[in-house]
Amino acid sequence: MVTKAVKLLIVDDSNIIRRHIQREIGGDHEIRTACDGVEALKVFDEFAPEIVTMDITMPNMDGLSCVEAILQRNAETRILVISALADRGTAVEAVKRGAQGFLLKPFTSETLTTEISELFKD
Amino acid sequence: MMTKKNEPAMSEDDLKIFVKGTEHFFKAVTKVSAEVSMPFIKESSDHVMNDFSAVIGISGKHRGCVYYTAPREMIGELMGHFGETDRSDDLLSDCVGEIANTISGNARQHLGPGFMISVPVVIRGKAEDVRFPKDAPAFVIPITWNGYRSSLILCLKSGEKEKPMFDLGSLEE
Repeated sequence: MVTKAVKLLIVDDSNIIRRHIQREIGGDHEIRTACDGVEALKVFDEFAPEIVTMDITMPNMDGLSCVEAILQRNAETRILVISALADRGTAVEAVKRGAQGFLLKPFTSETLTTEISELFKD
Repeated sequence: MMTKKNEPAMSEDDLKIFVKGTEHFFKAVTKVSAEVSMPFIKESSDHVMNDFSAVIGISGKHRGCVYYTAPREMIGELMGHFGETDRSDDLLSDCVGEIANTISGNARQHLGPGFMISVPVVIRGKAEDVRFPKDAPAFVIPITWNGYRSSLILCLKSGEKEKPMFDLGSLEE
């Protein structure tokens, strides 16, 4: 479980997924959302989240490009990519671009909580 | 099976990938198995579209579209498994798009990164006049879950081209 309250940004073009992740993480965390990579960078600049969950397939700017752009702004940001793209190469590419983890959709509450918790371990 | 332009249509193995992917989606999200019936090729007289439909454009090593179409009540019940209590049309549309996106994206486990998917375009209402690509057969995979019937429709063929076979922009509401 993630016990320390953090600032967290959820990026996904699906509102139902944004709401789902927000409910599952809950707690005292300060949470903002964005529906694509362009909006994510705007929110990132003003909100400065410590943790980001990032979809890949989105309009305007894809998630992998957004991961790079966020890490150029703040290399300490911890990013969990959450995507339906199930080929191994996509997960490898996400990590190469600097993401700390990759969670495949569809995910369960347990796997989401576990993956988010992993971001705090190092 | 070959298409009019002698490009291979979907193989039986391709169809199985989507059947397995659909079964996995419903089991993983709801813990209730979906029953997938024998796929058939859609004829123009077959009415398969439902209250909410999502279209994913496919490009790369395959070209065409993946459709998922379902009745309002079924989508509403599925949303409950995402912890959602709001049953607004916007969220129902969003949910049907997410299902199509997840099943299509998961297919890359077998089809590889060359199976490139677009963001979903959602159509509300029974869009029987939706135009399917003419140069590939549309395989309908009937899916029964919790007593509701929905369909995954695959209209794909192999062969890389610069442009997608189907312009998703023409479906925008």
